[in-house]
Amino acid sequence: MELVIAAAIGILTTSGVWLILRSRTYQLIIGLALLSYAVNLFIFSMGRLRVNAPPVLDGSAPVDVAAYTDPIPQALVLTAIVISFATTALFLVVLIVSRGLTGSDHVDGREG
Amino acid sequence: MWHSGLLPVIVALPFAGAVLAALLSSNARNAEAWLAGTVAASALAITIAAFPYISSGGVISHEIEWVPALGLSIKFRMDGFAWLFSILITGIGLLVVIYARYYMSPKDPVARFYAFFLAFMGAMQGLVLSGNLILLAVFWELTSIFSFLLIGYWHHSQAARDGARMALTITGTGGLCLLLGMVLIGNMAGSYDLDVVLASGDIIRNHDLYLPALLLVLVGALTKSAQFPFHFWLPNAMAAPTPVSAYLHSATMVKAGVFLLTRFWPVLSGTPEWFTLVGLAGLSTLLLGAYFAIFQQDLKGLLAYSTISHLGLITALLSFGSPLAAVAAIFHMVNHATFKASLFMAAGIIDHEAGTRDMRKLSGLFSAMPITATLAMVASAAMAGVPLLNGFLSKEMFFAEAIEEHQRSLLDGAAPYVATIAGAFAVTYSVRFIHTVFFGPKPTDLPKEPHEPPSWMRRPIELLVIVCLVVGVIPALSIGPLLHAAVVSILGDRTPEYSLSIWHGFNIPLLMSFIALTAGAVLYWLLRNYLRTCEEGPPYFRRLKGQRIFERILVTVSWRWARALETVLATRKLQPQLRLLVAAAVLAGVWAMWGASDLLPSLTAHGLDPVLGVLWAIGCFSAIAAAYQARFHRLAALILLSATGLVTCMSFVWLSAPDLAVTQLLVEIVTTVLILLGLRWLPKRDESTAPKVDQATRMRGHRDFALAVAAGVGAAMLAYFTMLTPRPSSVGDFYLDRAYSEGGGTNVVNVILVDFRGFDTMGEIVVLAIVALTVFALLRRFRPAEDSALLPYQQREQEEYDSVRDDRVEDETLRDYLLVPSIIMRWMFPVTVLLAAYLFIRGHDLPGGGFAAGITMAIGFLLQYLAGGTRWVEDRLRILPIRWIGAGLILAALTGMGSFLFGYPFLTSYFQYTELPFVGKMPTASALLFDLGVFSLVVGATVLMLIAIAHQSLRIRSRVAKGGTEGGQN
Repeated sequence: MELVIAAAIGILTTSGVWLILRSRTYQLIIGLALLSYAVNLFIFSMGRLRVNAPPVLDGSAPVDVAAYTDPIPQALVLTAIVISFATTALFLVVLIVSRGLTGSDHVDGREG
Repeated sequence: MWHSGLLPVIVALPFAGAVLAALLSSNARNAEAWLAGTVAASALAITIAAFPYISSGGVISHEIEWVPALGLSIKFRMDGFAWLFSILITGIGLLVVIYARYYMSPKDPVARFYAFFLAFMGAMQGLVLSGNLILLAVFWELTSIFSFLLIGYWHHSQAARDGARMALTITGTGGLCLLLGMVLIGNMAGSYDLDVVLASGDIIRNHDLYLPALLLVLVGALTKSAQFPFHFWLPNAMAAPTPVSAYLHSATMVKAGVFLLTRFWPVLSGTPEWFTLVGLAGLSTLLLGAYFAIFQQDLKGLLAYSTISHLGLITALLSFGSPLAAVAAIFHMVNHATFKASLFMAAGIIDHEAGTRDMRKLSGLFSAMPITATLAMVASAAMAGVPLLNGFLSKEMFFAEAIEEHQRSLLDGAAPYVATIAGAFAVTYSVRFIHTVFFGPKPTDLPKEPHEPPSWMRRPIELLVIVCLVVGVIPALSIGPLLHAAVVSILGDRTPEYSLSIWHGFNIPLLMSFIALTAGAVLYWLLRNYLRTCEEGPPYFRRLKGQRIFERILVTVSWRWARALETVLATRKLQPQLRLLVAAAVLAGVWAMWGASDLLPSLTAHGLDPVLGVLWAIGCFSAIAAAYQARFHRLAALILLSATGLVTCMSFVWLSAPDLAVTQLLVEIVTTVLILLGLRWLPKRDESTAPKVDQATRMRGHRDFALAVAAGVGAAMLAYFTMLTPRPSSVGDFYLDRAYSEGGGTNVVNVILVDFRGFDTMGEIVVLAIVALTVFALLRRFRPAEDSALLPYQQREQEEYDSVRDDRVEDETLRDYLLVPSIIMRWMFPVTVLLAAYLFIRGHDLPGGGFAAGITMAIGFLLQYLAGGTRWVEDRLRILPIRWIGAGLILAALTGMGSFLFGYPFLTSYFQYTELPFVGKMPTASALLFDLGVFSLVVGATVLMLIAIAHQSLRIRSRVAKGGTEGGQN
């Protein structure tokens, strides 16, 4: 299980990094999206992988902490998902506007 | 007793006045003057009322905690010396306000003038009353900033802008050095509290850091007080309106430097380094300033160099290190402030009434303005050091100190001669000022017919000249007690016996005075013909201008070097920058992990999960394919990207993170729609027409691929090995334990977000709101590239089909396009809203929450736009996303602040369970209200972004095909 997730993180990172080094703005956006999946998974994996242990309590006291997975990385990733959504939207609009202004979809605003 | 709480008041009062002044109409001259005058007069009155306590040796202090952990506090402290300065600042400030009322022309925007003026007064008050070193540095910089604004008041003039910028650059740099010096002194003394620092002089003088601290403080003080070699900004600052010069360059701003030297005199003085550095600066400034002053043709220029010279005199006195010299320094600060302020005002009157300040044109004004002339004569006599005036007394004390031996050196030996020669020069320029302007033949070609100014414009000068006279004739009875209080507060036990009488018998200082007076007068008589016609500036030094050197240095550093550095180190291309960034990140990772093999875990992995394995085989394939297709097949890349997103989402479900899965799924939908909307504005790119890839590009591609693989392998290894180590105990356990008992919710992730870490969420939604508004603003003025301005190819095809067929009207196909799905989408609206409500309500206990609900709701709106088209929706449903955002933000903030009412910190939540009809038991924590704010904001922000992009098509459409066709796919 760990091996699969680690490999996934690796491959997503590779694809993402390769894309953000390309010259077209659209490639950059797709690259950032892939990279953000990788980063989210990475942060999430820091809480270790557990099956069937969601951090939703059954309401009884005292709480058996060991029965649940760590909620902190989840809270962090939840925030990260929101923020990466916001940055994707912002980049997209910058892309559109810069293409309108310069007529080019090159990341530098001009070809070459 | 005087209440210590009044100290912050007399500092804050001018600032409050400044804000008020800025709000008044820009030509309300009388109202502004009354306001500024009242502020200055009240501060003056409050300060005077403190005298009984201060004069008995008392120190008033008032402390407001700021960052106690760092030793920072807003501490104000008033002793005799600070009191004396406070009187100068508010008193002369009041006089300058009255003067400025008549000086400023009705065309000048006076609101700005008085606002800056009062703010400067506040900064000066804060500076002299600071009881904390850091606070002092802050006010010090504030005086630099406000003086910059005041000098550049007439910003239409190039000279004013240049002068202001130069003053700010030099005094601002000095201020930074001072801050460093203050930090060093604070470290040596172990506290930033002024009282502690003043008591630890011995520790500081014997400390290794004494010399660096001294140098830094001196750079600060000498730049501010325009001491050689930093003197050149002051003459350039004469481009300021004359009231500003009268205030800043006689009584306050330039005095801040010598104020600082005096303030720290008990701590820093008395060492050979102090004597050499301060003495050298002081004596050379004294001499050079006086020499330069003789050869100025501009009245204010003469006064500026004279000011520089007098400040040099004060600095020289402070350098001697003997208590008597310190007494003389403080005394001369007051005397100089009075006669120089009045002279500046007189120069302003001459300029105002005659229309020029050029001494080559001015002449014989005595008959036109006899009263002003008389006042100016008395003040210049004080400046020259003529007996029976205040300037004489402190100059006498200076001469007496100059002949004493302090630290045996060449400098000390030269002091008496330098003093006498500078004294003679002072007489020369004072006589020249009076003789050229007021005597001689009648002026011929003046821009204006000179006459006496309005009487109230003269009142401030009259008052100051009376002070010069009174202090000069009966010093012990007039200035005596004030000076004594100031001296005692600086010198303490070391206060020497000194006598403030005008007659000490025939002694060497008197002889020096006599020589200076005679030699100065003779020198003027010899030079008078040359001075009448010579050009600006002293002979031999005329070519050597500090200003020119300063500008050349500035251009070299800030332009040439910066450009050179940029061409070497920087690139304006994005790709190399990113490449470097990624490479640096990879290297940093390798560096950190290098040789850490002993930290490798020994745990074995869980078995390979076949389902997860297959899922990720798909996910990874999609990711690689997306990367491959993103250049030419954008839509395909987007679909592949979404596939990866879905796999991620399913992994979250699999691995016990239902909240993440819900959110990821919803965000995935919105992101995809967003990017789909954006696709339309990108240029067409076809694989078949793409230019051939050359060798260099291919190489770059290989290099990037290697870099990407390195990053990927690194991330994978890091993740893998971390996952295999056992999890250390984390704060997560704390939250698990308390979520239900203290947060009132069973969904721990949601409780963390809206309760435990509510403040983070608050910040996050603010970011979201800002992004949405930025998107909206960016798109408001959007103009598409030419090749995107046409209707999309498909729509054109459809329209064409309609127009050739007789049985079809134009737009019909477009209107019917995707009819069935759009009807279904329309019907889905209530369902979606219900789903949003469900997700919201259960959020505290089960996966869901305000964020997920908000996105769901936004998707509901979005579907309507997709189904019916922008026009169709907006004819029926008015969504005001900005209001949703605003309401959400306000609700979240108010809920957070609600806890203040019960005495708890921001965002403390309260909870209980309520029984709702039909729904059942429901957790109603106050966090739920906060979550409602999150919900509302997320709906608003998401809809705003989507609509902003969607509207672009509409705008283009109405521009391309005038007449307004409805609907269509966005």
